Amino acid sequence: MIGAAVAVASTSCLGAVVPPLAVLDWHAVFFMLFAAAACGCALAVVLADNVVRMAFYLVLSLGATAGLFFLAGAEFVGAMQLMIYVGGTLVLLVFGVMLTAQAPFVSIKTSAGEKAVAGLLGGALLTLLLVAALSVEPWRRPGSVGPTEPSATPLGMALVGVRVDEPPAGSPAVGRSGYLLPFEIISVHLLVVLVAAAYLARAKRRKTPRPVEMVASVEPPVSVAEHAAIGREAPAGAPARSGSVLVGGGS
Amino acid sequence: MTAMIAPVAWVCPVFGLGPLGHPPGVSHYLVVGAILFVCGVVCMATKRNALGVLMGIELVLNGANVNFVAFASPWLQADGARSIGLDGQAIAVFVIVLAAAEAAVALAITLNFYNNHATVDVDRADDLKG
Repeated sequence: MIGAAVAVASTSCLGAVVPPLAVLDWHAVFFMLFAAAACGCALAVVLADNVVRMAFYLVLSLGATAGLFFLAGAEFVGAMQLMIYVGGTLVLLVFGVMLTAQAPFVSIKTSAGEKAVAGLLGGALLTLLLVAALSVEPWRRPGSVGPTEPSATPLGMALVGVRVDEPPAGSPAVGRSGYLLPFEIISVHLLVVLVAAAYLARAKRRKTPRPVEMVASVEPPVSVAEHAAIGREAPAGAPARSGSVLVGGGS
Repeated sequence: MTAMIAPVAWVCPVFGLGPLGHPPGVSHYLVVGAILFVCGVVCMATKRNALGVLMGIELVLNGANVNFVAFASPWLQADGARSIGLDGQAIAVFVIVLAAAEAAVALAITLNFYNNHATVDVDRADDLKG
Protein backbone atom coordinates (compact mmCIF):
# COMPACT_ATOMS: atom_id res chain seq x y z
CA MET A 1 0.00 0.00 0.00
CA ILE A 2 2.85 2.30 0.80
CA GLY A 3 4.51 1.33 -2.45
CA ALA A 4 1.31 2.06 -4.34
CA ALA A 5 1.01 5.45 -2.72
CA VAL A 6 4.60 6.33 -3.54
CA ALA A 7 4.18 5.07 -7.09
CA VAL A 8 1.05 7.16 -7.62
CA ALA A 9 2.66 10.23 -6.14
CA SER A 10 5.87 9.83 -8.10
CA THR A 11 4.06 9.38 -11.40
CA SER A 12 1.98 12.48 -10.71
CA CYS A 13 5.13 14.39 -9.90
CA LEU A 14 7.06 13.07 -12.87
CA GLY A 15 4.18 13.85 -15.15
CA ALA A 16 4.37 17.47 -14.09
CA VAL A 17 8.13 17.74 -14.52
CA VAL A 18 7.90 18.17 -18.28
CA PRO A 19 4.52 19.76 -18.84
CA PRO A 20 3.45 21.12 -22.19
CA LEU A 21 4.28 24.78 -22.39
CA ALA A 22 0.68 25.91 -22.59
CA VAL A 23 -0.33 24.61 -19.15
CA LEU A 24 2.75 26.05 -17.54
CA ASP A 25 1.80 28.67 -14.97
CA TRP A 26 4.45 31.34 -15.35
CA HIS A 27 3.66 32.79 -11.97
CA ALA A 28 4.61 29.46 -10.46
CA VAL A 29 7.69 29.12 -12.66
CA PHE A 30 9.05 32.49 -11.62
CA PHE A 31 8.08 31.80 -8.03
CA MET A 32 10.13 28.61 -8.06
CA LEU A 33 13.03 30.43 -9.70
CA PHE A 34 13.13 33.22 -7.13
CA ALA A 35 12.39 30.91 -4.20
CA ALA A 36 15.22 28.58 -5.19
CA ALA A 37 17.60 31.53 -5.58
CA ALA A 38 16.60 33.03 -2.24
CA CYS A 39 16.80 29.78 -0.27
CA GLY A 40 19.92 28.51 -2.01
CA CYS A 41 21.83 31.73 -1.50
CA ALA A 42 20.69 31.94 2.13
CA LEU A 43 22.06 28.43 2.61
CA ALA A 44 25.27 29.50 0.91
CA VAL A 45 25.56 32.41 3.35
CA VAL A 46 25.43 29.90 6.20
CA LEU A 47 27.86 27.46 4.63
CA ALA A 48 30.44 29.91 3.28
CA ASP A 49 33.46 30.64 5.44
CA ASN A 50 34.77 33.63 3.53
CA VAL A 51 33.03 36.82 4.67
CA VAL A 52 33.29 38.46 1.24
CA ARG A 53 31.49 35.54 -0.38
CA MET A 54 28.89 35.64 2.39
CA ALA A 55 28.15 39.28 1.50
CA PHE A 56 27.84 38.40 -2.18
CA TYR A 57 25.43 35.51 -1.51
CA LEU A 58 23.42 37.78 0.78
CA VAL A 59 23.01 40.29 -2.05
CA LEU A 60 21.69 37.53 -4.31
CA SER A 61 19.34 36.21 -1.63
CA LEU A 62 17.84 39.59 -0.85
CA GLY A 63 17.47 40.42 -4.53
CA ALA A 64 15.62 37.17 -5.16
CA THR A 65 13.37 37.98 -2.20
CA ALA A 66 12.54 41.29 -3.86
CA GLY A 67 11.44 39.25 -6.86
CA LEU A 68 9.16 37.24 -4.58
CA PHE A 69 7.63 40.49 -3.30
CA PHE A 70 6.89 41.57 -6.87
CA LEU A 71 5.25 38.21 -7.54
CA ALA A 72 3.07 38.58 -4.45
CA GLY A 73 1.70 41.87 -5.74
CA ALA A 74 3.64 44.09 -3.32
CA GLU A 75 5.57 46.07 -5.90
CA PHE A 76 6.25 49.03 -3.62
CA VAL A 77 7.77 46.80 -0.94
CA GLY A 78 9.81 45.01 -3.58
CA ALA A 79 11.15 48.29 -4.91
CA MET A 80 11.99 49.43 -1.37
CA GLN A 81 13.72 46.12 -0.76
CA LEU A 82 15.89 46.64 -3.81
CA MET A 83 16.64 50.30 -3.11
CA ILE A 84 17.12 50.28 0.67
CA TYR A 85 18.28 46.76 1.39
CA VAL A 86 20.30 45.80 -1.65
CA GLY A 87 21.28 49.33 -2.60
CA GLY A 88 21.89 50.79 0.84
CA THR A 89 22.22 48.35 3.70
CA LEU A 90 24.32 45.84 1.84
CA VAL A 91 26.63 48.48 0.43
CA LEU A 92 27.12 49.57 4.04
CA LEU A 93 27.81 45.96 5.01
CA VAL A 94 30.27 45.50 2.15
CA PHE A 95 32.10 48.64 3.26
CA GLY A 96 32.29 47.12 6.74
CA VAL A 97 33.69 43.93 5.25
CA MET A 98 36.30 45.86 3.29
CA LEU A 99 37.32 47.97 6.30
CA THR A 100 37.84 44.94 8.52
CA ALA A 101 38.96 42.35 5.97
CA GLN A 102 42.47 41.81 7.23
CA ALA A 103 43.91 38.48 6.27
CA PRO A 104 43.23 36.59 9.54
CA PHE A 105 39.59 37.76 9.73
CA VAL A 106 38.39 37.09 6.20
CA SER A 107 37.73 33.49 7.08
CA ILE A 108 37.23 32.57 10.74
CA LYS A 109 36.46 28.91 11.09
CA THR A 110 33.81 27.52 13.39
CA SER A 111 34.49 24.25 15.13
CA ALA A 112 32.76 21.16 13.78
CA GLY A 113 31.00 20.45 17.05
CA GLU A 114 29.36 23.88 17.11
CA LYS A 115 28.33 23.42 13.49
CA ALA A 116 26.75 20.05 14.30
CA VAL A 117 24.79 21.42 17.26
CA ALA A 118 23.65 24.43 15.24
CA GLY A 119 22.60 22.19 12.37
CA LEU A 120 20.61 19.98 14.72
CA LEU A 121 18.82 22.90 16.36
CA GLY A 122 18.26 24.57 12.99
CA GLY A 123 16.78 21.38 11.60
CA ALA A 124 14.42 21.11 14.54
CA LEU A 125 13.34 24.74 14.15
CA LEU A 126 12.90 24.27 10.40
CA THR A 127 10.70 21.21 10.95
CA LEU A 128 8.52 23.13 13.37
CA LEU A 129 8.16 26.09 11.01
CA LEU A 130 7.50 23.90 7.98
CA VAL A 131 4.71 22.05 9.78
CA ALA A 132 3.16 25.40 10.70
CA ALA A 133 3.60 26.78 7.19
CA LEU A 134 2.12 23.76 5.45
CA SER A 135 -0.95 23.79 7.67
CA VAL A 136 -2.05 27.06 6.06
CA GLU A 137 -4.73 26.91 3.39
CA PRO A 138 -2.77 25.84 0.32
CA TRP A 139 -4.06 27.02 -3.01
CA ARG A 140 -5.55 30.08 -4.46
CA ARG A 141 -8.44 29.02 -6.62
CA PRO A 142 -7.57 29.93 -10.19
CA GLY A 143 -9.40 33.03 -11.28
CA SER A 144 -10.76 33.86 -7.85
CA VAL A 145 -8.82 37.11 -7.72
CA GLY A 146 -8.38 39.18 -10.82
CA PRO A 147 -5.62 41.64 -11.44
CA THR A 148 -5.54 44.17 -8.67
CA GLU A 149 -4.59 47.78 -8.84
CA PRO A 150 -1.05 48.78 -7.88
CA SER A 151 -0.53 48.98 -4.15
CA ALA A 152 1.93 51.87 -4.18
CA THR A 153 -0.74 54.58 -4.15
CA PRO A 154 -2.83 53.20 -1.26
CA LEU A 155 0.34 52.47 0.69
CA GLY A 156 1.73 55.95 0.15
CA MET A 157 -1.58 57.55 1.11
CA ALA A 158 -1.81 55.33 4.20
CA LEU A 159 1.68 56.36 5.27
CA VAL A 160 0.52 59.98 5.44
CA GLY A 161 -2.62 59.02 7.31
CA VAL A 162 -5.32 58.61 4.65
CA ARG A 163 -6.72 55.20 3.80
CA VAL A 164 -7.95 54.98 0.23
CA ASP A 165 -7.96 51.18 0.00
CA GLU A 166 -11.03 49.10 0.62
CA PRO A 167 -10.86 46.98 3.76
CA PRO A 168 -10.53 43.25 3.04
CA ALA A 169 -13.76 41.29 2.97
CA GLY A 170 -15.06 40.53 6.42
CA SER A 171 -12.66 42.84 8.17
CA PRO A 172 -14.20 44.55 11.19
CA ALA A 173 -12.05 47.63 10.80
CA VAL A 174 -13.98 50.06 8.64
CA GLY A 175 -12.94 53.50 9.81
CA ARG A 176 -9.28 52.61 10.10
CA SER A 177 -6.65 55.22 10.45
CA GLY A 178 -3.46 55.28 8.46
CA TYR A 179 0.11 54.88 9.58
CA LEU A 180 0.97 58.50 10.21
CA LEU A 181 2.13 57.98 13.80
CA PRO A 182 4.33 54.93 13.07
CA PHE A 183 5.68 56.77 10.05
CA GLU A 184 6.70 59.76 12.15
CA ILE A 185 8.13 57.57 14.91
CA ILE A 186 10.21 55.59 12.48
CA SER A 187 11.40 58.76 10.76
CA VAL A 188 12.67 60.27 14.01
CA HIS A 189 14.09 56.89 14.97
CA LEU A 190 16.00 56.68 11.73
CA LEU A 191 17.37 60.20 12.15
CA VAL A 192 18.50 59.54 15.73
CA VAL A 193 20.05 56.22 14.81
CA LEU A 194 21.98 57.57 11.84
CA VAL A 195 23.33 60.50 13.85
CA ALA A 196 24.37 58.06 16.57
CA ALA A 197 25.99 55.75 14.04
CA ALA A 198 27.96 58.60 12.52
CA TYR A 199 29.04 59.62 16.02
CA LEU A 200 30.05 56.08 16.97
CA ALA A 201 32.01 55.37 13.82
CA ARG A 202 33.72 58.75 13.50
CA ALA A 203 37.47 58.95 13.11
CA LYS A 204 38.77 59.71 16.56
CA ARG A 205 41.60 62.14 17.16
CA ARG A 206 43.97 60.18 19.29
CA LYS A 207 46.00 61.59 22.11
CA THR A 208 48.45 58.77 21.62
CA PRO A 209 49.38 57.39 18.21
CA ARG A 210 48.01 54.03 17.26
CA PRO A 211 50.24 51.07 18.05
CA VAL A 212 50.82 50.38 14.39
CA GLU A 213 51.88 53.98 13.70
CA MET A 214 54.15 53.94 16.76
CA VAL A 215 55.85 50.82 15.54
CA ALA A 216 56.30 52.32 12.09
CA SER A 217 57.62 55.64 13.40
CA VAL A 218 60.39 54.09 15.46
CA GLU A 219 63.55 53.77 13.46
CA PRO A 220 65.00 50.31 13.41
CA PRO A 221 67.73 50.18 16.05
CA VAL A 222 71.23 49.77 14.79
CA SER A 223 72.69 48.32 17.92
CA VAL A 224 71.63 46.59 21.08
CA ALA A 225 72.36 49.68 23.12
CA GLU A 226 70.06 51.84 21.02
CA HIS A 227 67.37 49.19 21.19
CA ALA A 228 67.55 49.25 24.96
CA ALA A 229 67.40 53.05 24.97
CA ILE A 230 64.16 53.32 22.98
CA GLY A 231 61.91 52.77 25.97
CA ARG A 232 63.75 55.30 28.13
CA GLU A 233 63.85 58.00 25.50
CA ALA A 234 60.10 57.93 24.86
CA PRO A 235 58.53 61.35 25.45
CA ALA A 236 56.41 61.84 28.55
CA GLY A 237 53.16 62.13 26.57
CA ALA A 238 53.42 58.84 24.76
CA PRO A 239 53.66 55.58 26.66
CA ALA A 240 56.55 53.28 26.18
CA ARG A 241 56.33 50.93 23.29
CA SER A 242 54.22 48.04 24.31
CA GLY A 243 54.63 44.50 23.20
CA SER A 244 50.94 43.99 22.52
CA VAL A 245 48.96 45.58 19.73
CA LEU A 246 45.86 45.32 21.86
CA VAL A 247 47.03 48.09 24.19
CA GLY A 248 46.63 51.74 23.49
CA GLY A 249 43.51 51.66 21.36
CA GLY A 250 41.33 53.70 23.72
CA SER A 251 39.86 57.00 22.69
CA MET B 1 -5.00 5.75 0.87
CA THR B 2 -5.67 9.41 0.29
CA ALA B 3 -4.42 10.14 3.78
CA MET B 4 -1.09 8.65 2.77
CA ILE B 5 -0.89 10.40 -0.57
CA ALA B 6 -1.72 13.78 0.89
CA PRO B 7 1.64 14.42 2.61
CA VAL B 8 3.55 13.38 -0.49
CA ALA B 9 1.41 15.63 -2.65
CA TRP B 10 2.23 18.36 -0.16
CA VAL B 11 5.94 17.77 -0.34
CA CYS B 12 6.11 17.63 -4.12
CA PRO B 13 4.95 21.21 -4.71
CA VAL B 14 7.31 22.46 -2.07
CA PHE B 15 10.33 20.98 -3.77
CA GLY B 16 9.30 22.20 -7.16
CA LEU B 17 8.28 18.99 -8.84
CA GLY B 18 4.57 19.38 -9.22
CA PRO B 19 3.26 22.89 -8.99
CA LEU B 20 4.26 24.42 -12.30
CA GLY B 21 0.70 24.16 -13.54
CA HIS B 22 -0.78 25.85 -10.49
CA PRO B 23 -0.26 29.29 -9.02
CA PRO B 24 1.64 29.24 -5.75
CA GLY B 25 -0.27 29.68 -2.53
CA VAL B 26 0.48 31.48 0.68
CA SER B 27 2.03 28.37 2.25
CA HIS B 28 4.76 28.34 -0.38
CA TYR B 29 5.77 31.81 0.65
CA LEU B 30 5.69 30.71 4.29
CA VAL B 31 8.05 27.84 3.46
CA VAL B 32 10.49 30.26 1.83
CA GLY B 33 10.22 32.56 4.83
CA ALA B 34 10.84 29.67 7.21
CA ILE B 35 13.96 28.59 5.31
CA LEU B 36 15.33 32.15 5.28
CA PHE B 37 14.58 32.51 8.99
CA VAL B 38 16.30 29.25 9.96
CA CYS B 39 19.32 30.08 7.78
CA GLY B 40 19.59 33.43 9.54
CA VAL B 41 19.32 31.87 13.00
CA VAL B 42 21.99 29.28 12.22
CA CYS B 43 24.16 32.00 10.70
CA MET B 44 23.82 34.13 13.84
CA ALA B 45 24.65 31.15 16.04
CA THR B 46 27.67 29.77 14.21
CA LYS B 47 29.50 32.70 12.64
CA ARG B 48 32.39 34.06 14.66
CA ASN B 49 32.88 37.09 12.43
CA ALA B 50 30.76 39.98 13.75
CA LEU B 51 29.75 40.90 10.21
CA GLY B 52 28.57 37.33 9.66
CA VAL B 53 26.29 37.68 12.67
CA LEU B 54 24.96 40.91 11.13
CA MET B 55 24.20 39.08 7.89
CA GLY B 56 22.29 36.46 9.87
CA ILE B 57 20.15 39.20 11.39
CA GLU B 58 19.40 40.55 7.93
CA LEU B 59 18.29 37.09 6.81
CA VAL B 60 15.99 36.69 9.82
CA LEU B 61 14.33 40.05 9.21
CA ASN B 62 13.96 39.18 5.55
CA GLY B 63 12.26 35.89 6.35
CA ALA B 64 9.77 37.71 8.56
CA ASN B 65 9.17 40.19 5.74
CA VAL B 66 8.34 37.40 3.30
CA ASN B 67 5.64 36.19 5.70
CA PHE B 68 4.16 39.67 6.10
CA VAL B 69 4.00 40.24 2.36
CA ALA B 70 2.52 36.78 1.75
CA PHE B 71 -0.27 37.32 4.26
CA ALA B 72 -0.95 40.77 2.87
CA SER B 73 -1.08 39.68 -0.74
CA PRO B 74 -4.45 39.71 -2.49
CA TRP B 75 -3.12 37.16 -5.00
CA LEU B 76 -2.35 34.29 -2.71
CA GLN B 77 -5.46 33.80 -0.65
CA ALA B 78 -7.82 30.92 -1.07
CA ASP B 79 -11.53 31.63 -1.21
CA GLY B 80 -12.84 32.72 2.14
CA ALA B 81 -9.43 33.30 3.64
CA ARG B 82 -8.75 36.77 4.93
CA SER B 83 -5.83 38.85 3.82
CA ILE B 84 -4.50 41.36 6.29
CA GLY B 85 -4.64 43.90 3.51
CA LEU B 86 -2.36 46.86 3.44
CA ASP B 87 -1.15 46.36 7.01
CA GLY B 88 1.29 43.64 6.01
CA GLN B 89 2.94 45.74 3.32
CA ALA B 90 3.21 48.74 5.66
CA ILE B 91 4.80 46.56 8.34
CA ALA B 92 7.20 45.16 5.76
CA VAL B 93 8.31 48.67 4.80
CA PHE B 94 8.81 49.53 8.47
CA VAL B 95 10.87 46.38 8.97
CA ILE B 96 13.09 47.30 6.02
CA VAL B 97 13.71 50.76 7.48
CA LEU B 98 14.39 49.33 10.94
CA ALA B 99 16.82 46.83 9.42
CA ALA B 100 18.70 49.67 7.75
CA ALA B 101 18.94 51.54 11.05
CA GLU B 102 20.02 48.41 12.89
CA ALA B 103 22.69 47.66 10.31
CA ALA B 104 24.09 51.20 10.58
CA VAL B 105 24.40 51.07 14.37
CA ALA B 106 25.71 47.51 14.47
CA LEU B 107 28.29 48.32 11.84
CA ALA B 108 29.43 51.36 13.79
CA ILE B 109 29.80 49.23 16.91
CA THR B 110 31.71 46.60 14.95
CA LEU B 111 34.11 49.20 13.53
CA ASN B 112 34.63 50.63 17.00
CA PHE B 113 35.37 47.17 18.34
CA TYR B 114 37.77 46.58 15.48
CA ASN B 115 39.56 49.84 16.19
CA ASN B 116 39.93 49.02 19.87
CA HIS B 117 40.67 45.30 19.74
CA ALA B 118 42.11 44.85 16.22
CA THR B 119 39.79 41.92 15.57
CA VAL B 120 36.19 41.22 14.52
CA ASP B 121 36.00 37.82 16.21
CA VAL B 122 33.01 37.91 18.55
CA ASP B 123 34.62 35.28 20.77
CA ARG B 124 37.28 37.86 21.65
CA ALA B 125 34.68 40.31 22.92
CA ASP B 126 34.87 39.06 26.48
CA ASP B 127 35.88 42.24 28.29
CA LEU B 128 32.86 42.02 30.60
CA LYS B 129 33.47 38.40 31.50
CA GLY B 130 33.74 37.93 35.23
